[in-house]
Amino acid sequence: MSVSNLTTQLKGGLDAPICLTWELTYACNLQCIHCLSSSGRRDPRELDTTQVKSVLDQLRDLQVFYINIGGGEPMIRKDFFEILEHAEHNNIGVKFSTNGTYITADNARRLAAMNYLDIQISMDGADRATNDAVRGEGSFDTSIAAMNFLRDANFGQFKISVVMTRHNVSQLDDFKKLADSYGAQLRITRLRPAGRGADTWNELHPTQAQQREIYDWLIAHGDNVLTGDSFFHLNAFGESLPGLNLCGAGRVVCLIDPIGDVYACPFVIHDQFKAGSVLDEGGFARVWRESDLFLSLREPESAGACTSCGNYDSCQGGCMAAKFFTGLPLDGPDPECVIGAGESLLKSATVTLIPKPSMDHSRKVSIATGGHA
Amino acid sequence: MSVTLESACELHPQVSIRPEPFGALAYHYGNRKLVFLKHPDVVAVLQDVASYDSVADTLRAHHVAPERWDAFISALSSLETSEILRVRQ
Repeated sequence: MSVSNLTTQLKGGLDAPICLTWELTYACNLQCIHCLSSSGRRDPRELDTTQVKSVLDQLRDLQVFYINIGGGEPMIRKDFFEILEHAEHNNIGVKFSTNGTYITADNARRLAAMNYLDIQISMDGADRATNDAVRGEGSFDTSIAAMNFLRDANFGQFKISVVMTRHNVSQLDDFKKLADSYGAQLRITRLRPAGRGADTWNELHPTQAQQREIYDWLIAHGDNVLTGDSFFHLNAFGESLPGLNLCGAGRVVCLIDPIGDVYACPFVIHDQFKAGSVLDEGGFARVWRESDLFLSLREPESAGACTSCGNYDSCQGGCMAAKFFTGLPLDGPDPECVIGAGESLLKSATVTLIPKPSMDHSRKVSIATGGHA
Repeated sequence: MSVTLESACELHPQVSIRPEPFGALAYHYGNRKLVFLKHPDVVAVLQDVASYDSVADTLRAHHVAPERWDAFISALSSLETSEILRVRQ
């Protein structure tokens, strides 16, 4: 079977997701300006420990091999380690994303003693100024402290996870050096106009020239740098980047949010992409296998306005979430289409109504940006 | 080839296999590699290979036509390289 046949099969959906993201909480001590989930305050409906464990049991029965845990800041939950242990006992590998605040020396040793565990420390600038402008004052030092604790506890290879912005594309080599110095693996992902990222996308998203820079850098570094397959829209530049060249939403990917709602992917927390809830009868499996939304996402898609473009097979029309939250039609070009089709559409008057995320857990009073935070 | 017709093999103990419409997914909990198994008959052989003294016995029991044996040896060798399959000690 050729690769393209596999892609066709994957588009038809799997019996269970390969890449399931589970945001455990909307609570976060930071207030990053591009937060996908507009996190800050805990939602009172957040799944409790018993409910979380029951969902983990469902995922075990579906043979979901591993899950990506995020938030909010997942370690803020008092039952965080209990959840990790429950996953470990059920042979569910966990990769969790954290801003590092709660990785103390003690917690680092505890994490190092666990199996099937991966950690991603978020960092959006290779220096303090660039990082803290996005993630808040003091957050660069917090990430570095967490990385030091993990190294000192002999955790092994963790990951440094960077969202590419206009201000850090030029730091790609620095990020790689930083990761190498810790024996860590670098992961870079695409900025999405989701959550608070919708408000900052215009200022933060890489320029056309920087997109080329990202693509060339990724081609040069190959499999050594992880991307969550998030840059497949750049494949229109030429040779395909490593990874599955497709939008996995509802096909191989989905999101469980802190209150148990299931969305097509981590970047579309919006009612239009909500498939159901893990609390519904039949649980997660039924949502994954039978929800109208997911079944429709597994139908062959139309290339729409991109039909006549010779690049469509390479870029697959790009990212559904990026189109949705910039107000572009889902069967049209990605806003960062490398031949500029998305950009010119955005400049035209046809984009009138830009959808807002359905939920916003941002803190009402933003964190002070001065020295007295 | 790291696997031959005479090899006695088994699924790596850290590997889990999940059936899927296109064949199966194999996941290695140790090196965290995910492998797409795109041929249902390779999946069947892989899941059963530990029950036989050799790969040849497994292929015979699964009625794999002899002209396809080379392709199976090549597929199983590549799975051995990804540590999905291992030669029994």
